Amino acid sequence: MPLNRKIEELKKRREVVQMGGGEKAIEKQQALGKMTARERILALLDADSFTEYDLFAEHEARDFNMDKQVLHGDGVVIGTGTMSGSPICIFAQDFTVAGGSLGLMHARKITKIMDHALKMRVPLIGINDSGGARIQEGVNSLAGYGEIFFRNTLSSGVIPQISVILGPCAGGAVYSPALTDFVFVVDNISKMFITGPEVIKTVLGEEISMEDLGGARVHSEITGNAHFFAETEAECFDQIKKLISMIPRSNDSQAKRIEPKNPKPEIDIEHVVPGDPKQPYDIRDVVKGIVDDSEFLEVQELWAQNIVIGFGRINGLPCGFVCNQPLVLAGVLDVDSSDKAARFIRYCDAFNMPIITLVDLPGYLPGVDQEHAGVIRHGAKMLYAYSEATVPKLTVILRKAYGGGYIAMGSRHLRSDFVFAWPGAEIAVMGPEGAANIIFRKEIMASEDPEATRKEKVAEYKEKFANPYVAASKGYVDSVIEPSETRKMLMHGIDVAINKSVSGPRKKHGIPPF
Amino acid sequence: MSDMTHQADNSGEDCGQKKVRCKSLVVDGGKYRTLLTKKYENRRKWEKPNPKQIYTYIPGTVREIFVSSGDRVKAGDKMLILEAMKMYNTIEVPADGIVKKVHVSSNDRLPKGHLIVEFE
Repeated sequence: MPLNRKIEELKKRREVVQMGGGEKAIEKQQALGKMTARERILALLDADSFTEYDLFAEHEARDFNMDKQVLHGDGVVIGTGTMSGSPICIFAQDFTVAGGSLGLMHARKITKIMDHALKMRVPLIGINDSGGARIQEGVNSLAGYGEIFFRNTLSSGVIPQISVILGPCAGGAVYSPALTDFVFVVDNISKMFITGPEVIKTVLGEEISMEDLGGARVHSEITGNAHFFAETEAECFDQIKKLISMIPRSNDSQAKRIEPKNPKPEIDIEHVVPGDPKQPYDIRDVVKGIVDDSEFLEVQELWAQNIVIGFGRINGLPCGFVCNQPLVLAGVLDVDSSDKAARFIRYCDAFNMPIITLVDLPGYLPGVDQEHAGVIRHGAKMLYAYSEATVPKLTVILRKAYGGGYIAMGSRHLRSDFVFAWPGAEIAVMGPEGAANIIFRKEIMASEDPEATRKEKVAEYKEKFANPYVAASKGYVDSVIEPSETRKMLMHGIDVAINKSVSGPRKKHGIPPF
Repeated sequence: MSDMTHQADNSGEDCGQKKVRCKSLVVDGGKYRTLLTKKYENRRKWEKPNPKQIYTYIPGTVREIFVSSGDRVKAGDKMLILEAMKMYNTIEVPADGIVKKVHVSSNDRLPKGHLIVEFE
């Protein structure tokens, strides 16, 4: 056979396999508003950059008539490509082939690209759209999941790992996304749960839809398992591209610095923050008044909204932001917000990204539910994450910083490199009301007009202690600055701290309060 | 933030420039104007558990009941068997006493936190 005939044969073979589960299955996929696995990869990567591997992979299952079944590509597409010119490893489960079910060969393809990603130190993107384990392959499919989880853990903190849930991701399969850094979900398409509605109905008699049990909204608003929520797959891909542009390729490198741009001039942070510490405002307006081009990529926007986390650039360099949000629950720390911030801090630390903390909180959320939900353990995660982080840490206290909340929010005591405070900052062991009630209890109780005395004492405490100067006099605050100086100080602080080098005692690893 | 506007009621006030309704939250004696989350507003009020009432600790199906109302029982006596997660779990009488009422019957499928037996 001459070579050109062989080339023809290759083309034909490719064509057949690239059709995945065939026309009918593809139509079904499209009817659900879903793209096919290859369409998704092409939409995400730079044009003409995708190179596919293991296109001709075949499963070796023999039981239950599997030897007579041809599953093109074994239900998963793997390969490499580029995003904005940077290399990337990617896999996408193909729901049109046996429901994207995971058998041994399917898993081997995924682990092959995972190994590549780790070895080459490039980000890994996994697109999940699978009915789960391929039951016919028995324990082999479980082995496949286990091999994936192991590699997720090995790669954690070395290369960015991104999971995109574009279909069902149920049972053991959801643990791979849970081990990765960022999970993207799309409304009405993503479904994640450990036990599905069928099992819940059989065991409990409770009827619930997949959407209500583990849809995109549930994981974005209630569980916090998802980091980015989109209405459509196209919007989701835009979000992924934005994220990739903000984070470094691996823990060996820095995030890409781009041409700096000033924040939009119409945002005047000085007037965003009300003088009265009891009045709310949207902290994101302050962030947008500080970062380049007022562009802020918020992470977990819909979950634990009392803390805001995300990425923004300062002088062209991407940084991580951790900010109390006075607009929601007065910006308190609680179980969920501590969880959310602590994990993000560890992400930034692992990937060499400076952490900027904006502080304005009254303390921890009071309540039996919080105490019983383990706010002690969860709150401790914040202390651990900040203390452990060795990247540049810059903190700005905008207004309130009371009690344990003051310590937890990137204080000097957890080794922040620069702590700035605005002139209206109130850094104190607790809010003036609570403090006055305790310190002046006797006077208040003995007074003929206890309410008047209480007010007087609160004002007295406020005057003497609710300011930045006590902390500044002890060196806990490095500099009291005007709000308009904030961006300049952060730019300078990052420049000074960028080559920071610290080392702690030798250890295998710490024991964070997981 | 669109959800936020739904959950606040008309008793709130406008929150700054954002046209959303605020409520207040008290932390350490200070009263802060802010939005509340669904989770916070729907949190369950804590109640002291009543030792005379026994609830399921896991969802499951009642397989066998060994006590009936009026029985004088001793701590450690078998009370019932609850099948859950493919396991037959024996639920024992927690303290000596008299059974006031058994609230379930054989083959009932129960959620977690369901009242099963009350003591006098």
